[in-house]
Amino acid sequence: MMSVHWMHVTAAYVLVVGGFLALAIGAALRQRSARRRLIALDPRVAARRRRPEADGG
Amino acid sequence: MTPGGSLPGTASAVVRGRGGARLHRFANPGRFLRLSGRVLPWLVGAALLTLGIGLPWALFFSPPDWQQGETVRILYVHVPMAWLAMGGFAGLAIGSAVALVWRHPLADIACRELSPVGAAVTALCLATGSIWGRPMWGTWWVWDARLTSVLVLFFLWLGHATLVRAFEDGERGARMGAILALAGAVNLPVVKFSVDWWNTLHQPASVIRLGAPAMHADILYPLLVCAAGFTLAFVALALARTRAAVMERRVRALQTAAAWRAETAAGAAAAA
Repeated sequence: MMSVHWMHVTAAYVLVVGGFLALAIGAALRQRSARRRLIALDPRVAARRRRPEADGG
Repeated sequence: MTPGGSLPGTASAVVRGRGGARLHRFANPGRFLRLSGRVLPWLVGAALLTLGIGLPWALFFSPPDWQQGETVRILYVHVPMAWLAMGGFAGLAIGSAVALVWRHPLADIACRELSPVGAAVTALCLATGSIWGRPMWGTWWVWDARLTSVLVLFFLWLGHATLVRAFEDGERGARMGAILALAGAVNLPVVKFSVDWWNTLHQPASVIRLGAPAMHADILYPLLVCAAGFTLAFVALALARTRAAVMERRVRALQTAAAWRAETAAGAAAAA
């Protein structure tokens, strides 16, 4: 049986780790969507992606 | 994107002086995306590694406190959130000063993307502090000087995030946000010294203070490792969001250019 102290500790860690995970997933999805749209619109980016050493994003 | 490669809709030409010119090299979105694209995976890896060591150390291998018992483990996440809330806001104020003085467009974007992360971190600081306070103080909240000044800091973060998005003219919003960030920086010493200036329920500083930390090494070291890990994660998040925002701006600029070309072509066809 989990003590009240451990319940509070667990809640705090879940909040913090969950919060950071949510922010990270949001940022990753946003980046992926922006990159896809950029590749579709900008032929230079698509060309650069075919040459991986010249790709910056 | 303008022919020079700077961000659209910005006053990049206003930059003057050697310092400004040097800073402005990084306003080039292509260069920024290249550099940040190289740095970001390393930052994420370092954050995961540090937190992978720090969090299990804090949760399972550090000793319980003789007074607080197991609840002391909340401090390993609460204190880094508090440091990030304050340090991040100092960063926001510096970025805002750079944006205002040198009209650095990337500083504007970075500040705009930093404030939601800062607001989230400050909210986590308040929430974890409240979760710690219930078993230790017997209450979730008191209108104590430290807690109240951190709540004000949260509203400043939230206000900045809202203000920069409230104007149709993005530059005007960024300018208003920068002024708010600079004015709001006054609250930082209030947060830091509130425990010394007023009689508070919140304990005084035990790590960042004159003299040695008032904490045993068994608690201090995992705390510092967790703080380093969360700081790396915070920087990585802000950088990833800034990268996404720069790409979105390029997408908008390309869409506008395509629409303008289509309109011009339609006009020429109609004239013929």
